[in-house]
Amino acid sequence: MLTYLIRRAVNAVLTMLVVTLVTFGIFFMVPTLTGSDPALLYIGKTSDAASVEGIRTKLGLADPVIVQYGKFLKGLAVGRDYANGPDVQHCPAPCMGYSFKTDQQVFPLLMGDLPVTMSLALGAAVLWVIMGVSTGVISALRRGSLLDRAVMTGALAGVSLPIYFTGLLALSIFVYWLGWLPNADYTPFFDNPFTWASGLILPWITLAFLFAATYARLTRANMLETLGEDYIRTARAKGLGERTVIGKHALRSGLTPLVTVFGLDLGALLGGAILTEAVFNLRGLGYQALTAIRGNDLPVILGVTLIAAFFIVFINLIVDVLYGFIDPRVRLG
Amino acid sequence: MHRSEDPVKGQKSMTDVAQRENLLEVTGLQKHFPITKGLLRRQVGAVRAVDGIDVAVRQGETLGLVGESGCGKSTAGRLFTRILEPTGGKIVFEGEDVSHLNTKQMRPLRRDVQMIFQDPYSSLNPRHTVGSIIAAPLQIQKIPTPKGVKVAVQDLLKLVGLNPEHYNRYPHEFSGGQRQRIGIARALALRPKLIVADEPVSALDVSIQAQVVNLLDDLQREFDLTYVFIAHDLSVVRHISDRVAVMYLGKIVEIADRNELYKNPRHPYTVALMSAVPVPDPSRRDRAQRERVLLTGDVPSPINPPSGCRFRTRCWKAQDICATEEPPLVPRLADPESHQTACHFPVSEEEIVVGRSPAGTSA
Amino acid sequence: MSTDSLAGLTLPGDRNTRPFLEVKDLTVRFETDDGVVQAVSRSSFSVERGKTLGIVGESGSGKSVTSLAVLGLHRTRSNAKVDGQVWLDDQELVTATDEQVRQLRGGKMAMIFQDPLSAMHPYFTVGAQIVEAYRVHNPKASKKEARERTIDMLTRVGIPQPEKRFSDYGHQFSGGMRQRAMIAMALVNDPKLLIADEPTTALDVTVQAQILDLIRDLQEEFGSAVIMITHDLGVVAELADDVLVMYGGKIIERGPAADVFHSPQHPYTWGLLGSMPRLDRDVRERLNPIKGSPPSLINLPSGCAFHPRCPYAGRNGERSFTDVPELRGGVHAVACHLPAEDRRQIFTQEVAPNL
Repeated sequence: MLTYLIRRAVNAVLTMLVVTLVTFGIFFMVPTLTGSDPALLYIGKTSDAASVEGIRTKLGLADPVIVQYGKFLKGLAVGRDYANGPDVQHCPAPCMGYSFKTDQQVFPLLMGDLPVTMSLALGAAVLWVIMGVSTGVISALRRGSLLDRAVMTGALAGVSLPIYFTGLLALSIFVYWLGWLPNADYTPFFDNPFTWASGLILPWITLAFLFAATYARLTRANMLETLGEDYIRTARAKGLGERTVIGKHALRSGLTPLVTVFGLDLGALLGGAILTEAVFNLRGLGYQALTAIRGNDLPVILGVTLIAAFFIVFINLIVDVLYGFIDPRVRLG
Repeated sequence: MHRSEDPVKGQKSMTDVAQRENLLEVTGLQKHFPITKGLLRRQVGAVRAVDGIDVAVRQGETLGLVGESGCGKSTAGRLFTRILEPTGGKIVFEGEDVSHLNTKQMRPLRRDVQMIFQDPYSSLNPRHTVGSIIAAPLQIQKIPTPKGVKVAVQDLLKLVGLNPEHYNRYPHEFSGGQRQRIGIARALALRPKLIVADEPVSALDVSIQAQVVNLLDDLQREFDLTYVFIAHDLSVVRHISDRVAVMYLGKIVEIADRNELYKNPRHPYTVALMSAVPVPDPSRRDRAQRERVLLTGDVPSPINPPSGCRFRTRCWKAQDICATEEPPLVPRLADPESHQTACHFPVSEEEIVVGRSPAGTSA
Repeated sequence: MSTDSLAGLTLPGDRNTRPFLEVKDLTVRFETDDGVVQAVSRSSFSVERGKTLGIVGESGSGKSVTSLAVLGLHRTRSNAKVDGQVWLDDQELVTATDEQVRQLRGGKMAMIFQDPLSAMHPYFTVGAQIVEAYRVHNPKASKKEARERTIDMLTRVGIPQPEKRFSDYGHQFSGGMRQRAMIAMALVNDPKLLIADEPTTALDVTVQAQILDLIRDLQEEFGSAVIMITHDLGVVAELADDVLVMYGGKIIERGPAADVFHSPQHPYTWGLLGSMPRLDRDVRERLNPIKGSPPSLINLPSGCAFHPRCPYAGRNGERSFTDVPELRGGVHAVACHLPAEDRRQIFTQEVAPNL
């Protein structure tokens, strides 16, 4: 078991390293390929030559690639100094550079956006897991019934309709027409939990609708497969009540594959639910990423990428660990 | 050369076969699968699936390979067809050493050695029509088909007793027995010299098994095929084989002509194996139970086989020498040259009648 | 745990002459999108305590469906229709409530399945699963009692180091040990009826011998009635006192094992015996297979289900094609249109010399 965990952890670290390599590579290659001077990108075309040179030294843009990468990694690990003679700026760990547009340090900027994305992602996650899994289980148990068909049709709709459609539809119906819900807005949890929740409920439901649909279909498929397994027949043959058979034997193995999917989905969402945040005007990582992409703000784009990658790798590590506890067959690997 | 009209129930006369060349010759054949452990995936041991076997298959004969799970017979079959590469020893096919040829070098040889698999449900690609499954070997090997591929495939379908009109059907539209026939047609497409059949009838109903066994018999006669027939069912192996080799934990423990082996099994494992087969005759029930040799415990792990003779941990005749000296595969107890046994204390005719092993009933 | 195997045995004259398990006109149908699957049609048979009934058949013969019907395991399938009567020790099961049958399952009647690896839950230890089986029928037992009982059963079935293996998972056992553990799970509540559905098909022949031996010993010890379902005629001959031969969902021959093997009456039984290579006979030039394949249970042939494959179909007029033959003949019963005399003649002249 321990070797399994250590191996997974080492894997995670190596993956992150590769991610930094790739993102840095893009940071390095994009300006070269587009023919622009990174220093100019940073400071603007109207500056004088001396300032441009100053920036070049500060950011170390004249150094060889390896050195630049090395400094980049150092910055992530322990922080770095951007020095041009006496002009020294210290960028604490993890240093992701400075925004081209606003001159702010990227990392603190993104950390400010993170609570919004986290609130959105985690709230929706709770909703979609409950909604999706329970409807999936009921559908599987009542296979072929009207309820089953209705749920699966609804799920099909949820999966097929793009979020900018459902989101806008939800806004127009629930906010503008019926007035049941307030417009989506973010207030920090610790300021006012109630407004935090009410402001997010619309995006939560919209996002959850999409994912719940997928999870309902997945759960139904997994449960049906599990219910056909021999060990369920054995459980019944032992004389166990149907509730125990389903609740203890079937659910355990039926829901386990969902853990992986959940990890992937949550990890990806934590890196920024771009469409949802755009539709509902929530200033999270996704929104930030969108702005940065429109403005060619490379450091911010890369910062978002790194953070998103981190979440995905980290959550997958947790999922792997969880699997080791749930499925004894995995442990011996 | 066809089966001579031998008074002994039509079995090929042994001189006919013995005069033929060795189609396949295997010496010291080994296949070890590495086991890695720990963080750095160091190799800590190996599954010694096949651990040194010497056997020759003569042209036109059927060699039966029997044993239980973990004995290495399936691995041996895959080594004979070079689906696997040996980790030791030599495979010589028609005089050529094919042990370590790469894919490209093996390709022309694949025309001569084909395989039939056990599971008729998973050995056919469900997304391919039957026609394309059988045509595939012809196309891969670029075999010229003067009347066209479709006709060639339909001829093969007819050969194995299937309706050639079903050319465009998918595997799931056929029964288990029919699917196995498709597998046989596929194996025959290239007119191979040697066919290794890995448990070809185990997954079939009894009445269908007989059909497929008869088909294999007929095809062998018609095309002068050589078979290596791998199975765990001793009765079927006895019916179809000319010679039989018994495997245990990666080694051949006994090999003999078919009738000789079933009449005078020498190796204790062979004796135990044969006495374990339930015989469909209720009146023999009591006698069978008394005579049955019940082996104790489980097969040892192929990762760490016992020293000396591998069977000694379950053998009622084992003595000290069995742990220190591995018995060679040679004729014992005045047996003919063709009957070889790897045992220090082979079972003689008188002993067969004795009852259960001294260790008593199953542990 | 009763060590006195005579306790509970119905002695003749004790009560009404009903056997321990009596199945009457059992019919099981499944409604599917492709049509109605006639899995079992009007099967009748009985088993006594201490005796073994062998049910022989190939795939699609209905043998497994029959045993699942006895245990009431079709109740959870919404498209299954079960008719007929199943009397277990004077209690009728088909009309009983789900709860009543559930209480008997795993307690008074238990079942062992073919593949022990897939029959055990991969996420729970073997010990835990056996304990669960015990506690469902002995709810007042403490965890400690249940554990002790489980370890005792594991020892009984011949698993070494039972305390340690209690905490192992299914995939950590070898095939033979796994099946022993499954037997322990089935027997932990002293069932009076044990149904074994192809218990040794997935096992090596030497392990099979051990397991069959074990089942035989345990039957002697507990005095249970055993139903052994298999396609292997050798296994049936080893263990069964009486035999049912099933084909196309129907019982086509029924009788004591010795009779069915030495003087079989049905052409299908002749075909089965003739198509097997046997170690106790000389090697034949060719096997005698039954032509054709087992029938589809959705589109059963009209009349006698075996007629498309029967070399003697139509000898008794057209009835083979239109009328379903009844199971007739008393102790050794056959469902065949051929008159008994003809059958005897065909058997002695044509079939027996080739067996």
